[in-house]
Amino acid sequence: MPKYALMLRENGTAFAGLSPADFQVIIKRYGAWRDELQRAGRFAGGHKLRDGDGRVMRRNSSKIVVTDGPFTEGKEVIGGLFVVEAASYDEAVSIANDCPHLDYGSIEVREVEVTRP
Amino acid sequence: MIDDLNFQRVFAQIVATLTRILGSRHLSLAEEAAQDALVKALQLWPHQGVPANPSAWLIQVAKNRALDLLRRDQRLVELDTSNGDRATARLNQEVAACAAASGSSDADPSAAARLRSETPPPDDDELAMMFLACHPILPREARVALTLKTVCGFGVGEIARAFLAREDAVAQRLVRAKRQLREADVDFDLTAADYAERLDSVLDVLYLLFNEGYTAHAGDRLVRSDLCREAIRLGDLLAAPGTRLCTTNEAAAVHALLALMHLQAARLPARVGDDQVLLRLAEQDRSLWDESSIARGLQHLDAAASGDTLTVYHVEAGIAACHAVAARYDDTDWPRIADLYDSLIVMKPTPIVALNRAIALSRVHGPRAGLAAVEAIADDPLLARYYLLHATLGELALETGDRDRAGNSFRAALECECSDPERRFLEKRLRTAERLISAARRL
Repeated sequence: MPKYALMLRENGTAFAGLSPADFQVIIKRYGAWRDELQRAGRFAGGHKLRDGDGRVMRRNSSKIVVTDGPFTEGKEVIGGLFVVEAASYDEAVSIANDCPHLDYGSIEVREVEVTRP
Repeated sequence: MIDDLNFQRVFAQIVATLTRILGSRHLSLAEEAAQDALVKALQLWPHQGVPANPSAWLIQVAKNRALDLLRRDQRLVELDTSNGDRATARLNQEVAACAAASGSSDADPSAAARLRSETPPPDDDELAMMFLACHPILPREARVALTLKTVCGFGVGEIARAFLAREDAVAQRLVRAKRQLREADVDFDLTAADYAERLDSVLDVLYLLFNEGYTAHAGDRLVRSDLCREAIRLGDLLAAPGTRLCTTNEAAAVHALLALMHLQAARLPARVGDDQVLLRLAEQDRSLWDESSIARGLQHLDAAASGDTLTVYHVEAGIAACHAVAARYDDTDWPRIADLYDSLIVMKPTPIVALNRAIALSRVHGPRAGLAAVEAIADDPLLARYYLLHATLGELALETGDRDRAGNSFRAALECECSDPERRFLEKRLRTAERLISAARRL
């Protein structure tokens, strides 16, 4: 079955207004969402990326330039990703539709390309 | 495991523990670290699963985060360095101790989660936090807001909804309160002298929380029942240290308040009918009253008799007990209730107590005596805008047969601020009065 990456975008201020009770509700829903995917055999991994510490590398003529970033202030950056199995984009989107990440960030859904000639 | 975890409680425990370690001047930082630990849990647990001991995980992450924040603060501002260094050193020690106990040197949170010795922090921290939040140097609303935020783990939005206040106003109140505590450099650790000095303020805040939850003011219903539950929980916490921190009389006052809250809470399930209309004591289905709550209330009332003082909570709990033990409305011991109100009005001469006393008098001496007693206080500016004053006048007028006056009183009551169940009750009584008036005209 095709794999899709759900790239989790968020900005650093999204959590400021959440109360402990809000966290409890969202984390519980998150657990249920993941459990259900795993039961259905559709969960194919994922990682949380560490906040703040990234490096961006570019080749500038002959040498490679390394800059710190991306920084989360103000704009959304990718904070983590899940990989799920789905029959189509529609199904992948409907899986992402129930993901609690949408309570405080956005999700970019991309199919993992496996093209065999 | 995650279902057993109460994030509000863990948040409060983290704030209390960090504030003990760092001192009350770092209360804001403690809150920030606790909040950041919850963010980390939200970001990480969906990926790596819920740790075996989630509350220990959260506490350890918060301690590490507090260290980072302290270092950041020290870099940013030329602080009173000796103080800042001491706080950092204490926290460093704690973090290192946790890491060492878990057999790991890098203070890895998942290692800390395996830590058997890391039990939740003792209730003492939460108790001390409660006495810090209710410090008499703070204005009353600030004590309430700070208690809800730090001891109950409520969010700013939830506090605002509970008290019909604006979120930014609540946020400002909290900032100001923490600044006042910082400037006063209040000691976090609770001594018997602190306990004695601040107990009245703590009891006052708990009773206010309870009442706000209990009286059906407008506002979020769920938050309101939370307020009652939290007030009772904190009362239990207060009763727990027994004689270690407080005298017999102080413990008796705590038991008296607990008795009062349990006895009142027992009636909650019966206070609003199926049609969402507020029900008076006479109309309530007493089989719905919570018997276990009544039993606990009466136990606390017994324990409250151990001292040799009589607080307002003793008297009010005595009144609540009279209602609680009456199997039917007609069995109510009104002469005893009127006596208790006579004592209460001396200790707490408020217009509301005077109004309730007038109602008790009307049950003992008849509606005309009650009307006279209510009229004597009706000029009070606070009562003039209180729906219950006019509703009481209306009921008593109906009992004396003065239907026109009753109708006018219920109309006046409807002009006052009240909740939906209260408004529906008043409308129902107004319809009754109007029906009687037109029936009388037809005769």
